[in-house]
Amino acid sequence: MKALMFGWEFPPHILGGLGTASYGLTKGMWECGDMDITFVIPKPWGDEDRSFAHIIGASQVPVCWRDVSREYVESRIGKVMSPDLYFRLRDHIYADFNYMRTNDLGCIEFSGRYPDNLLEEINNYSIMAGVVARTIDFDIIHSHDWLTYPAGIHAKQVTGKPLVIHVHATDYDRSRGNVNPTVFAIEKDGMIHADHIICVSNLTRQTVIEKYGIDPAKVTTVHNAVVPLSEELLNVECHKPKEKVVTFLGRITMQKGPEYFVEAAAKVLKANHNVRFVMAGSGDMMDKMINLVAERGIADRFHFPGFMRGKQVYEMLKASDVYIMPSVSEPFGISPLEAMQMGCPSIISKQSGCAEILDNVIKTDYWDIDAMADAINSIVSYPAMYETLREDGLKEVAQITWDKAGKKVIDIYHKVLGW
Amino acid sequence: MKAICFNFEIHQPMRLKHYTFFDIGNDHYYYDDFLNDDIITRIAERSYIPAAQTLLRLINETKGKFRCSIAITGVAIEQFEQYVPEFIDLLKQLAATGKCEFVGMPYANSLASLTDPEEFAKQVEVHAAKIKEMFGVTSKVLRNTELIYSDEIAPQIAAMGYKGVMTEGAKHILGWKSPNYVYSAASAPKLKVLLRNSKLSEDIAARFNDASWSAFPLTADKYIDWIASTPAEEQIINLWMNLETFGGMQPAETGIFQFLEALPRFAEERGIEFWTPSDAISKLKPIDQLVVMHPISCIDEARDVSAWLGNKLQNEAFNKLYSVAERVRLSDDRRLKQDYWYLQGADNLYYMSTKHMADGAAHSMFSPYDTPFQAFTNFMNVLADFLVRVEEQYPSTIENEELNSLVTTIRNQNREIEQLTKECATLRKNAEQYNIEHKTREEATAKTKEPKATAPKKAPAKKKAKAE
Repeated sequence: MKALMFGWEFPPHILGGLGTASYGLTKGMWECGDMDITFVIPKPWGDEDRSFAHIIGASQVPVCWRDVSREYVESRIGKVMSPDLYFRLRDHIYADFNYMRTNDLGCIEFSGRYPDNLLEEINNYSIMAGVVARTIDFDIIHSHDWLTYPAGIHAKQVTGKPLVIHVHATDYDRSRGNVNPTVFAIEKDGMIHADHIICVSNLTRQTVIEKYGIDPAKVTTVHNAVVPLSEELLNVECHKPKEKVVTFLGRITMQKGPEYFVEAAAKVLKANHNVRFVMAGSGDMMDKMINLVAERGIADRFHFPGFMRGKQVYEMLKASDVYIMPSVSEPFGISPLEAMQMGCPSIISKQSGCAEILDNVIKTDYWDIDAMADAINSIVSYPAMYETLREDGLKEVAQITWDKAGKKVIDIYHKVLGW
Repeated sequence: MKAICFNFEIHQPMRLKHYTFFDIGNDHYYYDDFLNDDIITRIAERSYIPAAQTLLRLINETKGKFRCSIAITGVAIEQFEQYVPEFIDLLKQLAATGKCEFVGMPYANSLASLTDPEEFAKQVEVHAAKIKEMFGVTSKVLRNTELIYSDEIAPQIAAMGYKGVMTEGAKHILGWKSPNYVYSAASAPKLKVLLRNSKLSEDIAARFNDASWSAFPLTADKYIDWIASTPAEEQIINLWMNLETFGGMQPAETGIFQFLEALPRFAEERGIEFWTPSDAISKLKPIDQLVVMHPISCIDEARDVSAWLGNKLQNEAFNKLYSVAERVRLSDDRRLKQDYWYLQGADNLYYMSTKHMADGAAHSMFSPYDTPFQAFTNFMNVLADFLVRVEEQYPSTIENEELNSLVTTIRNQNREIEQLTKECATLRKNAEQYNIEHKTREEATAKTKEPKATAPKKAPAKKKAKAE
């Protein structure tokens, strides 16, 4: 079966969980066999893993005809796209986009991030998708997250092939209920046009059904999974302080509930001084959090190491005794699974999607700072608690693999295609 | 001749309240009174009271041919006294018939038998005293917490003067043997062992209302038929279950009470009697010795102690709890001792089980906590506070033995002081007596010597009395 996927992020250059999930799922589907996947991303860097999918960079897809030589194309974009594909794509330009800002190859440049003119990029991405859809042979379209819904809809309209959209998050999660009407409109449009909707948790599924008014029969949950960590990452070296370390890792934004972590930390430190707290990451609430920490008088025990990437994340997790994710609304939340892989017990909010599939973690309500403080204290004070969560957690998370999720997605494809 | 030996267990734990680590050192009351009141009142209304009334009626109607036994924990009795005293009255009536035996148990439904013989003996003793005080009866048969039993425990039970012990007819122990005989303990040959017939017991307790069961619906006629069709030489069928089975686990609408009421009639038709456990051990001779190397129980598929000591959490809590057993026994603080018993309730460990599938479902059905981790955290917080209290009484820097000798010295001194004060008091009394006697003697001699001077002498004596 041939699938055309539209995504926004792809490892190793990722900004959030979307890239990790898209990568894992694609690889998991490939492992199930008989899958030929073309994955379109805005801007490839050339170091992506291409062993299981054909990667097309939107920045290399021509939307205007340019008379260029093979050698020129080879020298310009050879490391991310073969000239053959470039010329095939160029043969399928469907309208005159010369009024747009294009480069010497007739391509629109994408940042591949979340810039201020994001809506414009989304629109451009959809224009580009028309060319790809006309060029590539595929059976089904799969769009990851709202940024790529318009592209998916376009591809569906051009080819008449069924569209599956994958809801990694909704704007209700990101905004604690105050949705951006434009984003909501794009999301809802995608859901209406989709032949089937895949959600990363039942929590998200409920949001899609209730807030977007979608027929439940068309919405299926496929929980995310994790890619097993390499030996190198598992044995990463770290400097462990004498005190116990409790870590928060993620964007410091409203959605992630950082203030509840600070309040719980203040409570723990009242009774137990042998603990340090770390809030790694950056975000629009960081300054507010630093203020709050100072206000509670715990700045000597509460640290802000800033944004962490790659190996740093695993060093941090390895040095931690507790990982905490007090998200107010988390569609899935892959990070606690990664913490468990590193043998770090996790506390997660009941409002996160991964709480639906995890047993060997402690679940509290995000607002229940007393329960959170109690759980933190329990893990750092009672060795049996730490050991049990750690060992059973390792066993549990080893069972959550992407090939199982991939199998479910392939089943959905079959259902949609009527095969 | 065949007989059914009924035993109904009654137990409700002292459930702990939500106790966070901020409470450690500040709050020494650990129990969720509201929840405990609510649960025991509800179950008593739905199950315990109608079930006990049915038993009483059966005993009276059959003129004592129907007999049964009850195993009620001390902690449950305390809760009934507080919340449902009318049930205590019913139990008293049952005891008064003489046809309902109240078997021995550890007071707090604890696991002390697995680790601390002294604590175990103490609890059994206190339980026997409580039963004697409340119902005026005693028993020579012991039913350990959830039928826990092993070769190690048997001699302890025998040493306490019990003639029989009740335990589970666990398949991995019995093998091809039948539970429908009386056995003797391998490690204490004089102790007779009664085994629960788990198949027939659970036909009532677990499967009675299971529509997917091939024998559904279960009627008294059919059930007694099964019992009658066991081989003739198998004489005792031990049907032991929670009293909550009637009206609780099997709601009244299922017809469970009518089933129970119909049993004696059908049993009589087929010549099956009803015995108490004491009847069974006095009437039957042991057929063989029973070797039980590792502890068995009636809980979970494994029928061992993994329901309470199956994971690290449970073992940690268990070991911490019993690390202070000796110290608490040394103490005279009644409240400390009482709390210690409540904390020992096996239920606290039961809630921490991380088993899955059917066993896990049973654990979580009874648990007031959402997860085993919550159960562990709450219990450990309470235990931490309790340990602080023990520490306040006896600092951990002093070794148990040293402490023991110190406490003994203090007690001996106390006794000595008491004795001395007593002696002192008698001496003082003697001295007073002597003085009085001396006075009267002197007066008497004075009287005889100066018979004439009586009149003037009386006046000053009166004055003296007034002045006093």
